[in-house]
Parts: sequence; C-alpha cells; structure tokens
Amino acid sequence: MPRPGYVLDVDRSTPPTMFWRGEGFSLEKLPPDRTRIIYPAEPIPALKDIDGTILHALENPIDSEPLSALLKPGMRLTIAFDDVSLPLPKMRRPDLRQRIIEAVLDLAAQAGVDDVVLIAALALHRRMTEAELRHALGDRIYDAFMPRGLLTQHDAEDPDNLELLGATPEGEEVEINKRAATSDLLVYVNINLVAMDGGWKSTVTGLSSYRSLRHHHNPTTMEASHSFMDQHRSELHKSNWRMGKIMRDHGPRVFQIETTLNTDTFPSQFNFLSKREWEWNARDRAAYIAMSTSLKRTPTRLARNIFHSIESPHQLTSIQCGEVEAVHKITTENVYKQHLVEVSGQTDIMTMGIPYICPYNVNSIMNPILVTCMGLGYYFNLYRGKPLVREGGVVIMTHPTPWEFNPVHHPSYIDFFEQCLADTTDPHELSRKYEKSFAEDEWYKHLYRTGYAYHGVHPFYMWYWASHAMKHLGRVIIVGGDAKAVRRLGFTPATSMNDALELASDVVGPSPTITHFHAPPVLMADVT
Amino acid sequence: MKALQFQRKPMKYAASMVAGTLRPGRGAAYGPLDFDEIDEPELPGADWQMIKPRLAGICGSDLATMDGRSSRYFEDIVSFPFVPGHEVVADAADGTRVVLEPVLGCVARNVRPVCVSCSRGDLGNCERLAFGDIAPGLQTGFCCDTGGGWGTRMVAHASQLHVVADTMTDEAAVMVEPTACAIHAALAFPIVAGDLVVVLGAGTLGLLTIAAVHHFHPDAVIVAGARYLEQRRWAKELGATHVVEPDHVGRLVRRLSGSLAYGNQLTGGANVVLDCVGTESSITEALRIVKPRGRITLVGMPNNVSLNLTSLWHRETQLAGAYAYGTETLRSGDDRRTFDLAFELVGAADLGRLVTATYPLRDYRDALEHAATAGRRGAVRIAFDLRHEKGR
Repeated sequence: MPRPGYVLDVDRSTPPTMFWRGEGFSLEKLPPDRTRIIYPAEPIPALKDIDGTILHALENPIDSEPLSALLKPGMRLTIAFDDVSLPLPKMRRPDLRQRIIEAVLDLAAQAGVDDVVLIAALALHRRMTEAELRHALGDRIYDAFMPRGLLTQHDAEDPDNLELLGATPEGEEVEINKRAATSDLLVYVNINLVAMDGGWKSTVTGLSSYRSLRHHHNPTTMEASHSFMDQHRSELHKSNWRMGKIMRDHGPRVFQIETTLNTDTFPSQFNFLSKREWEWNARDRAAYIAMSTSLKRTPTRLARNIFHSIESPHQLTSIQCGEVEAVHKITTENVYKQHLVEVSGQTDIMTMGIPYICPYNVNSIMNPILVTCMGLGYYFNLYRGKPLVREGGVVIMTHPTPWEFNPVHHPSYIDFFEQCLADTTDPHELSRKYEKSFAEDEWYKHLYRTGYAYHGVHPFYMWYWASHAMKHLGRVIIVGGDAKAVRRLGFTPATSMNDALELASDVVGPSPTITHFHAPPVLMADVT
Repeated sequence: MKALQFQRKPMKYAASMVAGTLRPGRGAAYGPLDFDEIDEPELPGADWQMIKPRLAGICGSDLATMDGRSSRYFEDIVSFPFVPGHEVVADAADGTRVVLEPVLGCVARNVRPVCVSCSRGDLGNCERLAFGDIAPGLQTGFCCDTGGGWGTRMVAHASQLHVVADTMTDEAAVMVEPTACAIHAALAFPIVAGDLVVVLGAGTLGLLTIAAVHHFHPDAVIVAGARYLEQRRWAKELGATHVVEPDHVGRLVRRLSGSLAYGNQLTGGANVVLDCVGTESSITEALRIVKPRGRITLVGMPNNVSLNLTSLWHRETQLAGAYAYGTETLRSGDDRRTFDLAFELVGAADLGRLVTATYPLRDYRDALEHAATAGRRGAVRIAFDLRHEKGR
C-alpha cells in the first residue's frame, strides 16, 4: 500500500533537503522548528493489463455509446492527441497514446472506417519532430499515416483549416481545427498529468487558435483562477467549459479518452529524487553524490541532453472514455487521489526547487520565462483551497536561470525577454502594450508554422500563467540564478538559501514559517 | 601661451596606436601630444581675431587622433603641428562669448570665388580645404595656423563665430558644435511620420543624434542601441522610443518592422540607420537591419573597414556619410543654417547637461582617458575647462 503524501516538520535531526536546480541538485539545511516539507504521495498501483483495460474502457464509456457503436463506414473520423508537452519526462515506449490510438484504429478498421486523420493538438505549441511523433505514436502508426498526409499537426495560423463554431454569451469565440470540426466523430486522446489538463481544455484549447485562446489565456482570467488546478475556483476552467458547450452544440461529436498516471516519474538510478531524505540508504546517498558531483563538472549542454533523454516509467492508473464532462469528473478524482496532500494553514515563505523541464521545453532550454512559469505558474498553483504561501509572502526558487534561449523553439521569448520585460513586468501592461503585435507577427507565424517554434504570443501566456502568484506575493527570490536574468524577471537574486531567507525576512519579518514544496514528482497541496 | 600640441612624429604616433589599442584614451600618454608653452598663432588676415577658449570639448575624432586610429585620408587636409579642439566656446576680442564653427571653408581661407559647396552654404563640403591663405586643415583644431580649443588662445575668422546669448551657459554652448553635426545627420535624408529610425551607438554623438531626430521628426519611431545603463537612460530621456542593448537592436528592428529574415539578414527593416559608431561591425549591422532602398548614414567617423556589400547592391541600400554642417532644408521647405538650429536644440533639450566632467589642460591624460571610457564610467561629454588657466 503506497504511503500518502506527507508533511514533515523539520527539527534539528532532519537531514538536509534536496532541491532541484535545473540540470543539477543541491542539499539545503532548512531552519528547524519553523519549516515543514511537503512530500508527494508514493506512486499508487498501476493497472496491470493496459491493453485490456483500454479496450474495456472504449467499449464501456461513460454517458456514451461504446466506441465501436459510434464508428460507421464512410464516416469522417479524427483522432486528436496531446502533444510533446505531456507527459513529463517523456514516457517509456510504448507511449500510452500509441496504445490507445492503435486500439481505436483497430476498432475503426473493424467498422470499415477509412477516412481517418490524426492530429497532434498543439494549440500554440511548437510542432513535434519526427522522432517525437514516432515516440508518442509508434512507428507503425507513423509510417502508415504520415506518408499519406493523414498524420497532421494542428496549425492555429492556417486560415483555411480553422472553423468558427460560434461564441459563448460572454463573447468567447470558439474556433477550432476545421478537420476536427467537420468530422463525424472526434476522438481525443489525453494524458492527464495535473488537474488542469483534460476535459474541454483538450479540444477547445489544444485544437484552437489565438482568436479563441485569448479569451482565457490573459492576465485577468489567470489572476482570478484560485487556482487553475481547482476546477471550482478556476476562471480558466469556467471559460473552457463555456466554450465546451459551444463545441457540444455546434461542433463534432466528441469521444473523450482520458488517462491518469502515477508519480513513478524517474528511472531506478534516480530513486533518491522520489524518496524522503531521511529514508535515503547508502545507495541513494552514493547516487546523489556521484550524480551531483559529476553534473557540476558536466557542460550544461551535455547535462541537458542527459536529462532530456530520461524516459519515465510512468504507469497508467486509470482510463475513462465517453462524454467529456462526465469523463473529466472521474479523471480529476483520480488525479487528486495521487496528488493531493493535506496541508494545514499557509506559510510565510514557500521554497521550491525548479527542475530542468517544464511542459514547454522538452528537448530544449529552460529559459528564464519558463523558470517563472514553472515556479509561479505551476508549482504555486498546485493548491486547492488557499495558496500554500500567504498573501504578501515570499517564494524562493532554486534554479540557474541562465540568460539563454533556444532560438529555434523560443524565438519570440527572446524578444519578449529582451524588449518587453525590460520595459515592464506587469502582465496587464504587457498584454496591453505588446501582446497583439507578437501574436500577429508574420515572422513568428512563419517559424511556428514551418519550423519548430512556439507561437509568437506564447511567452505572454507563460508570463500570464504566473500572474496570480505575482499579484499574491510580496517577493520572489531565485537562488543560484544568473543575477542579471533574475533582475530582468523582476525578481531578487540570491547566492545561497541562507541569503535568500535573509532577504525574505525583509518582507515577512524575522523567524518566518517556511514550507518546502518537494517536487517533482508532482503533488498538489490541499490547504485548509 | 599654454596649449596641447600635436606634432608629426611617426614613431610616437605608432606608440600611441599601440597604447590606445591596449587601453582606449591612453594614446595621449605615449603619442605626439605635448602640453607646452608655445607661441600664439598669428592673425592670418583682417577678418581674423584672437579668441580665448573657455570650454573645449573632446570629440570622438580627437580621441581617434590621440589613440593613433585616425585615417591616412586626412594627411593632406591637416597641417602640423596643430592644437586640437574644435568644439569651442570662447571669449571674443570684444568680450562677448562666442561659439566656433570650426570648418575652415573658402571664406575663412580667403579663396575667391568660393567653391560650389560653399556657395550653396554647405560648408562641410568645402572643396578648398588645403588651399588659400592658411595652411591645410579641414577644421580649426587640425590646422597649424589657427591654434585650437585645447590652448589658451587661438584665432578665428569672423565668419566662424556665433555669439552666445547671456542666458546660455558655457556647458550648453560647447555642445552646439556636436549638436550641429547631429542635426545635419538627422536632416540628411527625408524621414516621414512612422518611419523607423535606428541610431547605433549612444556616445555623445549618438545621444545628440537621437535628440535631433526626435526634435525634427517627433513622429518617427526611434530605436537606440546603447551599451551602458546611463547611456540607455539618456537615450530614453532624449527621445528614443525604444532603447535596447546593441546586441538586441536587430531583433527589435525585425519585430517593429514586421520583417521576416533570411538567416541574419532582415527582409525588411528600418527606413534609416544612423551609425554613430563607424566600425566594421556597426556598419555590417546597419546593412543587416536597413530595409530595401533604405538609408544608412555614417555619422560617427569610420576608418578602414572590410565590408560585404552584396546586400547593399541587392537591396539598393543608400550608404552615405554625414559630416559637419552647413545649410539644412526643413520639412517646411525652409532653409536654415545648421548652427542656428543647433543653438535652438541645445536650449530646447537642455543639452548642456551632457557635459559630465571638465579638466584643466594639465590633466589632459586623465581627461582623454575619461573621454575614451565615458560610457562605461557613466559620463557623456568630457571637456577642457580653460576659464581658470593662467596666461589666458
């Protein structure tokens, strides 16, 4: 029986705590008697017969006829799937998407459906490379569909392949991929890593355009989502669900397939990453020392390649199919089963180690904007109830935060960082002054459509992702970051955790309470 | 009289080149520049008078000369030994304060008839710089007969002198000459509302160029590349719409112009690039970011550079210099003397603020080193203060 998440009160006997620092780690001694550490739950048991479970789910959907009954000869079938941003790190082969889509294709073949198109639901993310598509879908699907042009990647800037379905009473336009919109059946294959994923967000975000996304990917919505991991208090969720109603009324029939994973995130040689420090055995300590020492001597680029080559043993814990909202309700419950950790009360200072990866830098560089997004967008928002840190409190992150960008993947990020953040860090002002010009920039569009670049507006969304935290917090400190880059973000650089705690005391007073968010693996604080 | 005098001493000039390369501004310590007691210059003619410099600026071309980086192009239009200093506010013989317009054109040289350029009022383009009653010298400060601002006395032709109003400080007045250069550059090519104008470099000339473009083309979008924090602050204050580090100019221009790119070359770009640096890399950058049929103006004095001009040919780019001043045609169609416009701009933008530090002549080595590293040290214009020099 896996142990649930745990909150440790730090005392003098507590060993140093492991912090991620990008492509490296550090051990930090946190102040005793006023610090607590939130550890994620151990991985919940995985489903055994994955292929059998998939088939069973497809034939026993929720609030829907079985998939085989929905498949008819002569129909237009579109299968959309989550892109390279999920899961993190990438899953060991065979990827769940491959298994599910192979099962769906088998049923389609049996039903005589021959008009089938696959779409990577990129939204405004970068296109997937051949290697990434092969990894997600398997060689068999890739080789069968790609040469015939039947494996596509959603292009949010292709005016000939977008369809406006309508608008919500709030004026939110729903524009999605035309092939998907004009299909008789849209099967969406999702991987749920955090509570925000899935549901209508899969289709009305993953297959949509800037015209649609701007209605909820904005500072106002983000600031009003407390948090966007909590459906009931998320304006982002509500907007997606309003748009989902337009999809349901005016779009294709959607057969939603959602999956949840456990927190078995890293291969066995990285066991120490998932264990509680006081339970480290000699092997874990040796692995930590060997790895952290060698990483310090390894050129960053090589270390980055090593980390991005990690394949996670992620295990499937549930799969549910059918009607979108009914399916997502169960999915969310299953996500919470793995992620929720009960925490009593808020803290003055929240600490977090930022890893080498976030959803938007797979096989790429974790640039300063993504560090912000990971810390203040994701980790800060992984709460239900109240933020883990009190209003006016401090977040301390550890990450090298290099002034470095992947020019192929993140060209507009460079300009956003160099030009926009030099002017202001206020999300609302950035939105007003700069967003439109970035979103409509022909060069960014060109790179997004033909290269492997995130859409021009994407860095704004990453910044907005952090807007709730920025509004809530009194100060953000990054330990070990490039000082110039950290200042450009509007944050405070610190050379050590002790320095950071001292800097934080200017804001929260002496002897503040501290809570360390010990992730990844991922957890979600249920703060009462 | 006391003066800094620059002599033709090839070995010392070579030494200054080495020293200046190793440490900008250090060329003066090893080169052919001496602080000495020398004879006053004689009046070359009836229309000349003795003037007593009050402040004399240190310009980029002066620094290039002191650090041995000056082009051999000038060999025949300077005469040795000369007292440098062409940015000068001085006391005239009658006690009034005057600003020197240093170009030694046909009128000052007593060349009759005056050349075509001088007849048009384009003094900077004078075709008789090595002829007439005085020795060769493109400007006062490079001519052995006139003396220069880095000495306690010098001679000036009546046509070179502009009276300074009582309300104008010496610091403001000494900025008039470089401001005139900047205005000439800003008005050298038509700029219309919404045009994207890039100013590369934010030393004194770069900052004045920004001020000039902003003053005469307030509806242009001005992008400034400035390396140092204080330069960026000044650039913004003097009217740049966007100020970024030099390495970021290309990306900003691409975005603002809605351009695409072929490799490093923008497909579109800025309407006008005013290069106030004049190095190989700055001109190459200008070629990269200027739009087809756009204009690159070399405002800063360039030297020997190696350039790939294929893009210039292919994109029909105009590459031109902007030297000194003369007569400008404004948008309204009115013709005005550049110096008159400069007096107005210096007053309107309070450009006397840019004089950051002054030195007595005897501290010339410190002064030149400060001037050569002004940006890094948070300074803009460095000048010699001769108001308290003995024997003045």
